Amino acid sequence: MDKKQLQITACKVRMGILTGTHSAKAGHPGGSLSAADLFTYLYFQELNVDPANPKWEDRDRFVLSKGHTAPGLYAALAHRGFFPVEDLTTLRHIDSYLQGHPNMNSVPGVDMSTGSLGQGISCAVGMAMGLKHQGKSARVYTLLGDGEIQEGQVWEACMAASHYKLDNLVVIVDNNGLQIDGDVAKVMSPYPIADKLEAFGFHTIAIDGHDFDQMEQAFAEARTVKGKPTAIVMKTVKGKGVSFMENNAGWHGKAPNDAEYAQAMDEIQAVLAGLEG
Amino acid sequence: MAEVKKIATREGYGAALVELGKAHDNVVVLDADLAGATKTSVFQKAFPDRHFDFGIAEANMICAAAGMATTGLVPFAASFAMFAAGRAYEQVRNSVGYPHLNVKIGATHGGISVGEDGASHQCCEDFALMRSIPGMVVMSPADEVEARAMVKAAYEHDGPVYMRFGRSAVPVIHEEGTPFAIGKGEILRDGTDVAIIANGLLVYEAVVAAEELAARGINAMVINMATIKPLDEELVLAAARKCGRIITCEEHSIIGGLGEAVCSLLSEKLPTPVRRIGVNDVFGHSGPAAALLKEFGLSAEHIAEVAVEFCK
Repeated sequence: MDKKQLQITACKVRMGILTGTHSAKAGHPGGSLSAADLFTYLYFQELNVDPANPKWEDRDRFVLSKGHTAPGLYAALAHRGFFPVEDLTTLRHIDSYLQGHPNMNSVPGVDMSTGSLGQGISCAVGMAMGLKHQGKSARVYTLLGDGEIQEGQVWEACMAASHYKLDNLVVIVDNNGLQIDGDVAKVMSPYPIADKLEAFGFHTIAIDGHDFDQMEQAFAEARTVKGKPTAIVMKTVKGKGVSFMENNAGWHGKAPNDAEYAQAMDEIQAVLAGLEG
Repeated sequence: MAEVKKIATREGYGAALVELGKAHDNVVVLDADLAGATKTSVFQKAFPDRHFDFGIAEANMICAAAGMATTGLVPFAASFAMFAAGRAYEQVRNSVGYPHLNVKIGATHGGISVGEDGASHQCCEDFALMRSIPGMVVMSPADEVEARAMVKAAYEHDGPVYMRFGRSAVPVIHEEGTPFAIGKGEILRDGTDVAIIANGLLVYEAVVAAEELAARGINAMVINMATIKPLDEELVLAAARKCGRIITCEEHSIIGGLGEAVCSLLSEKLPTPVRRIGVNDVFGHSGPAAALLKEFGLSAEHIAEVAVEFCK
């Protein structure tokens, strides 16, 4: 998929995030939007997956360690064909399979149930170990929030990833700089993120998480790394793509109301029209 | 009773893992720097490429086990009960229990019989914690023979399993090859006056107590309830119907374990007087296992005392 198509798809993923959280009257748009380009790149460019056979044993795996941004994952999965895009409006509804946080047993394409921060990366480590042990070439990707890495378990997992030389594992950190209580640097600074990961034995790459060219280079580079895991620290904008949500911690876990939803959709629609124009 | 052979149930855990490892390529064992103590070191020696040490990081180990299970492996994760069920509770709940993954947790050093290490390591809450997780099988064997059979049954079971083994050597009461089924209790002695339902090392104590009670004219039934969840409800109800009095015995807090499981069942389906023998909502302390068990009332003598008083 070329860069323009990726941008178009990312717009659709963003609209899916807004539609889902608006319909749910709850959810986490901010961190879903900051990772929307990454979700798009993974599911439309990087991951070797088959929507018709979501449990295919040789598939690449993706673990959304920052599970609260399920709206972004669901939107990407739906547009990739794992389930109907229309179902995004059922997000968090009482009779929906689209749970507030990812459930591997109810949502086609979800490789691990997550939501409790810090656990997904450990599960990804186990997957990478399991695949490697069985001689499979499938790769494992996991996305963490920059607030999430305050969890001590993340560093237990990083130690293990390096110890077991998991070069089939890519850890991605969404560095949007904000968590519920505000600026990550003020709440409990995780910085310097890349240096810490490097010290834990990772090959680290810093990119702009809204630039598909940089993503392409980073993931290609990750495939060349042998004997150690790769970490991609991507600088992003929380709420990216919606003017009033950008860089505003207030949109971490709040759904847009009708007026906000209409404005947000108009903004993305305008970008989409420009791209498709 | 004649002198009996004594072996710790954790020895059975290690030995059974080796047997399973020989039979099944997908068995892997995970440790958190306690392979020697949990007895998984015998598996490590036999299958070094299928043993993974995670260092002193139980939370990561449990979630990594969950990840491995998604790739088709059958991971047995080992640590002390305090850390496997206690420290990593939320990891077990969210990454193993909620997705119902095929992870087996082998927790050794359960209960007060840990001994000299003291209260920080004497986990008497693990049954309660693990029982509260939907879909989790919770078991504790009476002896080494049963421990080995249990580990094999855990492998055959598709879904999460928590097994608690002990540190101290305990009498072997089962014949080699005694059948074991998850969720099935075992009547070791029939009786009519009181039914003693026990698990772990209290099973032997219950058998000894029953002999003493017989000498005093009390005919006690003894049930080995190795599976705490799912509870063998049919057997508990049958015992209650027959004896009219139940005593539960476990090396666990009286809160949340076998005793409470039996009481919950009986209070709803067949209200029956019950006495619970266990650790009475207190922390343990350092000391030799045998002395601690006596002090905390986890002994044949105490079971017999309670039964005599109960049957008056």
